[in-house]
Amino acid sequence: MAKFLEYQGKEYFKKAGIPVPEGEVAGSPDEAVAAAKRIGKPVVVKAQVLAGGRGKAGGVKLASTPEEAGKAASEILGMKIKGLTVKQVLVEEQLPIKQEFYAGLIINSAQEVRGPVLMFSPEGGMDIESVPADKIATLNVDVIKGVMLHDTLDMCVSMGVDGAVLRPMATVILKLYNAFRKNDCRALEINPLVLTEDGNVYAADCRMEVDDQAVFRHPEFGIKIGREFLKEPTELDLMGWSYEASDFRGTSYIAEMASPEETAAGGYVGYHGIGGGAAMLGMDALNKVGLKVADYADTSGNPTASKVYRTVKLIMSQPNIEGYFLAGFMMANQEQWHHAHGLVKALREELPKRPGFPVVLLLCGNKEKESQEILKKGLAEFKDRVEIYDREHVYDAKFIGGRVKALVEKYRKTKAAA
Amino acid sequence: MAILLDENTTVVVQGMTGREGSLRTKYMLDYGTRVVAGVTPGKGGTQVHGVPVYHTVKEAIRAQGRIDASVTFIPGPALKGAVYEAIDAGVKFICSPVERIPVHDVIDMVSYARKNDVRLLGPGSLGMITPGKAVIGWLGGSVDWASMLFDPGSIGVISRSGGQSGTVPWALKVAGLGISTALHIGTEPVLGLTMADVLKEFEQDEQTKAVAVFGEIGGTLEEEAAEAVANGQFTKPLVVFIAGAWAPEGMRFSHASSIVEKGRGTAQGKMKALTEAGAYVVDSPEEIAPKIKELISA
Repeated sequence: MAKFLEYQGKEYFKKAGIPVPEGEVAGSPDEAVAAAKRIGKPVVVKAQVLAGGRGKAGGVKLASTPEEAGKAASEILGMKIKGLTVKQVLVEEQLPIKQEFYAGLIINSAQEVRGPVLMFSPEGGMDIESVPADKIATLNVDVIKGVMLHDTLDMCVSMGVDGAVLRPMATVILKLYNAFRKNDCRALEINPLVLTEDGNVYAADCRMEVDDQAVFRHPEFGIKIGREFLKEPTELDLMGWSYEASDFRGTSYIAEMASPEETAAGGYVGYHGIGGGAAMLGMDALNKVGLKVADYADTSGNPTASKVYRTVKLIMSQPNIEGYFLAGFMMANQEQWHHAHGLVKALREELPKRPGFPVVLLLCGNKEKESQEILKKGLAEFKDRVEIYDREHVYDAKFIGGRVKALVEKYRKTKAAA
Repeated sequence: MAILLDENTTVVVQGMTGREGSLRTKYMLDYGTRVVAGVTPGKGGTQVHGVPVYHTVKEAIRAQGRIDASVTFIPGPALKGAVYEAIDAGVKFICSPVERIPVHDVIDMVSYARKNDVRLLGPGSLGMITPGKAVIGWLGGSVDWASMLFDPGSIGVISRSGGQSGTVPWALKVAGLGISTALHIGTEPVLGLTMADVLKEFEQDEQTKAVAVFGEIGGTLEEEAAEAVANGQFTKPLVVFIAGAWAPEGMRFSHASSIVEKGRGTAQGKMKALTEAGAYVVDSPEEIAPKIKELISA
């Protein structure tokens, strides 16, 4: 799921008619001073990173003058919160807070729900997971009917919202649902939803995650990679995606699982699965023998040999890996000779550069006999360190994992001796 | 017997004139599936491999009479319209072998199907096969390959992975066991037919003596299956393998549904729920076939 920063998400709140505090984003202390001047009121300066707990980390500061806002910005910019560097701050008017509420939506896949769940709570400002169930009104949304004002009014009533603010509060929650659907969100949350002393309701924060599969109908999002990452996409991630974006024949999914700093400690293998289920089987197999994956790759859906070749080259480009493992734990429908050709070409280029580097290949399925021949012929000169297995071992995860482990250990000994 | 699909099921292929639709129509016909009509708006009056093509599903039904099932070879962004069309025409079973569908479209389709008592396999399902009788979707790939992987028999197979929905039956075949029906349940986070729904179908099927499941981390499909076992809705032997025990929390793999969030959907939680309910959980997929053999001969 592509995640939006607070200030980006609030732009979509504005379009949906949800009131947000007056504010501007700033990338330097000078910009923060200028923003605070234009706002002309005491402000709050907030770090813009895709991480929770910004306040605790010192990423949110109050400022009563533009100079103070500049000072706050200079302290926050460049700060690291949960490993992410703060590059922007949001300078926003301070609100006279009377009470903090919570409103949010997620998608629940459980069979009795299978749709959006709308939540509202008078206990805002904290993680909704820690709020007791009797303090949260929930509505399993019937998407065919949609949400109507009486639904959100009743949620507010059930949580004891005062009659005077019932209508503005219920209206904001209704608009939140509409924004959730309109923007193809996986999750959308206002926490806190602020009731001010003068009786107005504002979205003081925004957490917005959109559906990767719907990015095509939202050019306004300006999303480069319609795929989620746990962290900022690395060079490896971006290169992998560029192959996908330009070539629709089959899938090449690749994501970095460990940074070069982590892999330097040893025990990491370049990892290549075929199909989601097989890829998980292979990772379980490695885990059982105490090895870890540097990356997660999956080539399935009948990709071309050139796509497989580029994926293998990308996997091999990772520093510190101690072996290469193709986890083809499946009787694939796809014609496996495309994989065989791509693997042979890439490994014939890579292996001479790396003396002793071990490779374990498990490839089964359609055109298996031909594929095995291609692999065995093409990699014959590396026989001492390349092991190739077929359908006899398609579910033999224990044996295959054991072979990877044995070859990696042999490789370590050879390197230590050299 | 088998479930949902056999040699008598009449099938319409939505998107028949496309590259995949046309290729898969040939495969399904060759295997024995009763494909009676195709639908592509604007291509009505043509034929694909001898099957008449109509502009709409309703037109196909007016011309052909009853249609039991639809299979949709329609790109993800256009799938919602196709599924609604089949439902509005009165088709009661739909298989959607398409991935990368906007999740809100998926939710709409699943809700609309449930409201109309329509069984929707997927979305994101590779398809299903009743060996020796009929196949819909991509599962098997070609007649030769499908005949090699799937022998008719008495074991039901449910898989959360497309590739594994052919591999589990092959492992069973090597052990001398055949399949009543095998299906891929789909990779979307929200699904029409759940694992528990399919188990209830297998419970009613006399041919099915036991069910093998290739499960994965994420979601609650396996937990719901455990509930169906615990409350007596499924009483036959059930053997389950769960992949992805190793996966770190929050990491999403190539299946949209396989994500462990906030400690929910872990392999450990699923194994515990299933074991407590009376199902058999095996540690590796190669143990599935021997375990099934042991249970049905007991």
